[in-house]
Amino acid sequence: MFIADYSAKNIYDEMFSSEGYPRKSYDFVKTKMESLGGIELVKRSSSAERALMSLGITFTLYGDGGEQERIMPFDVIPRIVPSEEWISLEKGLKQRIQALNLFLTDIYGEGKILKDKIIPRDLIESSSGYLKQCIGIKPPKDIWIHITGTDLVRDGAGAFHVLEDNLRCPSGVSYVLENREVMKRTFPELFEKLNIRQVYDYPYHLRSMLENLTDVVDPVIAVWTPGVFNSAYYEHSFLAQKMGVYLVEGSDLIVENHKVYMKTTKGLRKVDVIYRRIDDTFMDQSSFRPDSLLGVKGIFEAFKRGNVALANAPGTGVADDKVIYSYVPKIIKYYLGEDPIIPNVPTYLCSEEADLKFVLDNIHNLVVKAANGAGGYGMIIGPKASKQEQEDFKELVKADPRNYIAQPVLNLSTVPTLIADKIESRHVDLRPFILYGKDIYVMPGGLTRVALRKGSLVVNSSQGGGSKDTWVLG
Amino acid sequence: MLSRVAESVFWMNRYIERAENYSRFIDVNHQLSLDLNEEVPNQWLPLVHTTGDIELFEKRYSSPSPVNVIRFMTFDEENPNSIFQCLSRARENARTIRENISTSMWEVLNEFYLFVKDYRKVYLENAEAHGDTLSMGLSEFLSTVRKSCQSFYGCSDATISHDEVWNFSLLGRFLERADKTTRILDMKYFILLPSVHDVGSTLDLLQWLSLLKSASAHEMYNQKYKRVDPTDIAEFLILNETFPRSIFFCIQEMQEALEKISGIKEGLPRNLAQDATTVYLNRLRSENIKSIFDKGLHEYLDDIQIELNHIGSKIVERFFTN
Repeated sequence: MFIADYSAKNIYDEMFSSEGYPRKSYDFVKTKMESLGGIELVKRSSSAERALMSLGITFTLYGDGGEQERIMPFDVIPRIVPSEEWISLEKGLKQRIQALNLFLTDIYGEGKILKDKIIPRDLIESSSGYLKQCIGIKPPKDIWIHITGTDLVRDGAGAFHVLEDNLRCPSGVSYVLENREVMKRTFPELFEKLNIRQVYDYPYHLRSMLENLTDVVDPVIAVWTPGVFNSAYYEHSFLAQKMGVYLVEGSDLIVENHKVYMKTTKGLRKVDVIYRRIDDTFMDQSSFRPDSLLGVKGIFEAFKRGNVALANAPGTGVADDKVIYSYVPKIIKYYLGEDPIIPNVPTYLCSEEADLKFVLDNIHNLVVKAANGAGGYGMIIGPKASKQEQEDFKELVKADPRNYIAQPVLNLSTVPTLIADKIESRHVDLRPFILYGKDIYVMPGGLTRVALRKGSLVVNSSQGGGSKDTWVLG
Repeated sequence: MLSRVAESVFWMNRYIERAENYSRFIDVNHQLSLDLNEEVPNQWLPLVHTTGDIELFEKRYSSPSPVNVIRFMTFDEENPNSIFQCLSRARENARTIRENISTSMWEVLNEFYLFVKDYRKVYLENAEAHGDTLSMGLSEFLSTVRKSCQSFYGCSDATISHDEVWNFSLLGRFLERADKTTRILDMKYFILLPSVHDVGSTLDLLQWLSLLKSASAHEMYNQKYKRVDPTDIAEFLILNETFPRSIFFCIQEMQEALEKISGIKEGLPRNLAQDATTVYLNRLRSENIKSIFDKGLHEYLDDIQIELNHIGSKIVERFFTN
């Protein structure tokens, strides 16, 4: 049952080579899964789902038949990254974060990279993630991006590329940790046999990274959530719990004398470090959007004066603008004098006249994305779109070329995935999480997102994607 | 501890306690109805009086039939106090304070909620297909509800630090429990005996017994008293110092929790919530069951509820709003 119908032709499959042989890293897993057989696999899969349901790792769907609570779709066949590949990815990610951090320090500081004309100044200034209010700010320890989730994909030849950087509030790490717990219960025999690098200490790394941001002894740390209705609320409370820190909402906080306090049963208590999971411009009505209902008045000024540390620092969004993304190889070269270890996906900038013409003429072969879109919104996959959709999207691009980039349609790699009671190939990407504290820490593995619809390339959970446990073999 | 969190912990526990009490009320009444040979008119309505939701009930249902009352108190989505709604709200509260409680507490509560939700779905589907029915393993369902509440208590007792979160849990739990004990006692007020000659009859006795069972006090009462007597029962449920559902015991627990919350050792000024419980506890100490009956039990129970509301509002003022 297991391999018989499985086909991985004309594509890079994580488990099978193009000749149909299992790759070395997957040898044991493949043999084990085969010996378990389909029925057992389905059985274990549903018991894993039950466990997730009990743990309440769910999201709510509203639709016909009222409210439905679902677990995040979770596939029990792991995605394996061999250690030699991981070593190079780890290096590449550290290099990238280091360079991006220097870049942020520079553009909110001296602006050397602009003066040297490596990046056009107007691209920075027109980026919606660029905050003028941050000019001249010096965040604690000169670190801007403390937590990063970088999306990686493989091309047809199996080489990893960075698809995008998520430098603001990247989510999904709680799924990595919970998936792992469930997998250990589901396939203990695989964990006994294979040397799978653990991920459970991520919250400790996260906490010590946050502690590093202040000189206060025994600092008060809080995770700031927009609230229980936010789709990532589960993750916010999960991280607060695992770190043993407070989870606060905007209404729990108040700024007095440019210091941040939270309202407790014993009165006000000063907060030293905030891991905020709320967008920059919603953070503070007095500095950014005045209509924000989630923000805390005066918190940005408190941050500017060094009275509270914010992770990630405000203003980092400029570096994950998809237009700026295309300059990252140059950014790495400029600040570190090195070539990028993990390449970008080739990218066309619609703000460039020649690129724009190419994009408009070839939209049927390209993926076109809004520079600040996320979650699979504001994009079009040319080959999958109708003629009309293509034409409509062209109009959007023409109206605001600065806001769009285009990339070739990547044939994302596939991993065998249990669909009902069959094993089929599904496309995946990979989001490792990187913490920048005293050192740069890369969690071994990350979130493998899987496009559950046959042939689909869209892995976002907001678009019906699921996830898999990612194993880095040590 | 965040004020918002304290408030959610408080309510989470109130809702669980409420669900437990409701399940016992219904079950005891159901058992009682099975014991009675002939139909006692309006046996189920007192239950709705007891919960204080009679107006809503009358708006939603045309008759106080067993099926209607049970449905109203277990699964009715429009009744904010039905077991289903209590569980939904307890879980919603737990979700917002997830980082303050243990995973095992959350799991117990979450599984409990899913159980009630699934059972409700089957019940409603069945009711639609076959007409309303009582014979759907009601007793077993209610017993699972009680056991789940108790595993929630046990689990919190054993898996979280007995610090502020814990003490706010106790405040919520005992305030709700005291409230429900007054309502249980008051139930007898709403149960009309067929005639005045029935006072002291088997039926009267059965009703008092079931009232004890509703407070889960049957066995402990029997250890202390020899016969089923209204005065003794009231004394036990109001003034007993060691039975965990008596008013006295509940207030005493609240006083202790409040002391720990405000940290007597730190020499902090006492607060109004503390003062209110202490004053009331001292009053209870000075009372005896005779004076209570002289005043009239029903009136006295009303009085307790006013005191409880007063304590409750002081807690809200002192800790939850700032």
